[in-house]
Amino acid sequence: MGVFILKRLLSAVPVLFMVAVIVFLVLRLSPGDPAVMIAGPNATPDQLAALRDAMGLNEPLLTQLFVWLGQILSGDFGVSLVSGQPVTHLIMDRFGPTLSLSIVTLIIAVVVAIPLGVVAAWQQGKLLDRLVMAGSVLGFSVPVFIIGYTMILIFARILGWFPVQGYKPLSDGFGEFAIRLVLPAVSLSFPYIALIARIVRTNVIEVMNEDYIRTARAKGLTERGVLMGHALGNAAVPIITIIGVSIAMLIGGVVVTESVFNIPGLGRLVLEAVLARDYTVIQSVILLFSTIYVFINLVVDLLYSLFDPRIRY
Amino acid sequence: MTTPTLTEPSVPAQDLPEMTTVPETGTVKATLRAVFSTWAARISLIVVVLIVAMALLAPWLGTQDPVQIAPGERLQGSSLAHFLGTDSYGRDVYSRVAYGARISLAVGAGTVVISVLLGIFFGVLTGYFRWADLIVMRFMDGLMAIPGILLAIALVAISGATLTTVLIAIAVPEIPRVARMVRAVILGVRTEPYVEAATCLGTGIWAMVWRHLLPSTLAPLLVQGTYIFASAIMTESILSFLGAGIPPETPSWGNMMAEGRVYFLLKPELILYPGVMVSLTVLSVNMLGDVLRDQLDPRMAKRL
Repeated sequence: MGVFILKRLLSAVPVLFMVAVIVFLVLRLSPGDPAVMIAGPNATPDQLAALRDAMGLNEPLLTQLFVWLGQILSGDFGVSLVSGQPVTHLIMDRFGPTLSLSIVTLIIAVVVAIPLGVVAAWQQGKLLDRLVMAGSVLGFSVPVFIIGYTMILIFARILGWFPVQGYKPLSDGFGEFAIRLVLPAVSLSFPYIALIARIVRTNVIEVMNEDYIRTARAKGLTERGVLMGHALGNAAVPIITIIGVSIAMLIGGVVVTESVFNIPGLGRLVLEAVLARDYTVIQSVILLFSTIYVFINLVVDLLYSLFDPRIRY
Repeated sequence: MTTPTLTEPSVPAQDLPEMTTVPETGTVKATLRAVFSTWAARISLIVVVLIVAMALLAPWLGTQDPVQIAPGERLQGSSLAHFLGTDSYGRDVYSRVAYGARISLAVGAGTVVISVLLGIFFGVLTGYFRWADLIVMRFMDGLMAIPGILLAIALVAISGATLTTVLIAIAVPEIPRVARMVRAVILGVRTEPYVEAATCLGTGIWAMVWRHLLPSTLAPLLVQGTYIFASAIMTESILSFLGAGIPPETPSWGNMMAEGRVYFLLKPELILYPGVMVSLTVLSVNMLGDVLRDQLDPRMAKRL
C-alpha cells in the first residue's frame, strides 16, 4: 500500500509540471505585452525597455519558464501587478468564502442526490424514475447563473426569505454566515445533484442484478435493507469517483456563482485579475485550482483501491 | 425488405436466433429508428430543428435590426411593435433572441469541428504511433487538470474578445477528452486480426489510419460531438455572462444575459428569455446525445 501511494504521488508531479508549462505558455505566447500593461499607455519606449529588462522579459522563453518554476517551488508567487500585494496574501484572503461555498454545495448535492438515485433505481422505469431522470437532464442543461438569478428572484425578492447577495464570514456569527450561503449553494448544487443522482441510479441498478442481492432478498431482508445495506455499499466505488469529479468540476461553477451572488472568493479574484490582465494573479490561481484538481483525483484513486482492493495500477 | 420495427429484427430470425430478443444496435437505420422511438427524443429533435430554423430564417421572422439602438424606447414591455419588449438600449429583444441562435449554433458547431479534428489528430498520434504517447498524453493530462472555464476566460481576456478566440478558448479544453477517447478506441482495435492482416499486406500508414482505424471511432465521436456541441453553447453563455465572451455588441444569448444583469430585479425577463433559449437548446441536444449514446455506445451507456 505504501509503495502504491508513493507511486501515485509521484505520478502527479509530471502532470503538475505540464500544467505550469501550459499556463506559462498561454500567458506568454498570447498577444499583449505585460510591460505595457504595467507601465500604462503613457510610458515612453525607454521606460518600457527598462521595465522589460527588470521583469526578465528579454530572457529566452525557456529561461523565463525555469526562473518562474524555481520561484513557485520556493513558495514565491510574486506580487499582483495591479495592487502590488503578494499573491499568496490575496489568495489567503479569498480562500474562505470559496471553501465554504464549495463544501456546503457538495454536502447539499450528496445528501439530495444519493437518495434520489437510489429511489430512481428502485423504481426503475416507473414514473418516479422518469421524473428523476428528466430532472437530472434539466439540472445539467440550465446555466448555473440562470438558476441563481431565478432563486434570487423567488426567494430573496418575492418571498424575502434570504438576503439578495453578499457574504459574511463565519466569525460574524453562524446565522449570518449560513443564511447568505443557502441560495448560492443550492443554485450551484443543481448540476451536481443531476450528475451524482444519475451515476448512483445506474450503479445501484447494476448491483441489484447481482446474485448476493437475490440472496439478501431470499433470506428475508426488507427492500430498504437490501437497497441501503447491500446495493449502495457495493456501488460505492463509482459513486466516490463521481463525487471526486464533481469537486473538481465545482471549481468552474464557483467562478459563476460568486459572480452572481457577489461573494468575494477566489472565483471573483481570478475574474477581476483577468479583466485587469493581472498575469501573476491569473497564473497563480489557475495553478492553485489545477493542483487541487490533481490532488482530488489522487485521493479518489487511493479511496478506490481502499474500497476495492482488486484495483491497483 | 419491409421497414424493421423493434419486434421485427431486420436480420432473418433463423440466421441469428438470439437477435429476436436483443434489439439491433449500432446501424444507421437502428439509430434513426431509436431517435424517433421515444417522445422525449422526438420532442428534442423538433426543438433542435426549430432552433436551427430560427437561426437560418431570422431575417424573415418578423425581426428588426438586432443591433438598432433606440434610446427613446428603453426597457419596454411586450407589445405588437416589440414582441418581447426592448432592452436597456431600446433594442428589440425578440430580434436579438432570434439572431442570437445563429451565434450559439455557430459556436457549438465550430467548437465541435475544432476539438474533434484536433482530438482525432492527437488521438491517432498517441494511439497508433506509440513513440508520441508519453509526451503528448502528459501534455493532455496537464491540459485536463486546468479548469476549462478558467483557461477559457484567461485565453479570451488575454488574446482579445473575438469570435475566433472564443471558439478556440472553448474548444481547447475539450481536445484532451476527444484525444483520450480516440486513443482508447485505436489501442483497442490495433491488435485486431484485420488490422494485423492489413499490416501484413503492407498497407500504408494513411490508408491504415483512414480505412481501418478511424471508422471504429466514428460512433463514439458522434456521441461525444453531440455533448461537446451542447456544452460549448453553455460555455459561451457563461463566458459572455462573465464579460469574457464574444464582443459585447454582438447579439448573442450570453451577451444579452450579461447586459440584463444590471436590470435583473427590475426586468428579469431580459435574462430569462435568452436563458430559456440556452437551456432549451442545451437540454434537447443533450437528450439527443443520450439517445445516440444508448444506440451507438452500449458499453458507455451501461456506465452512465
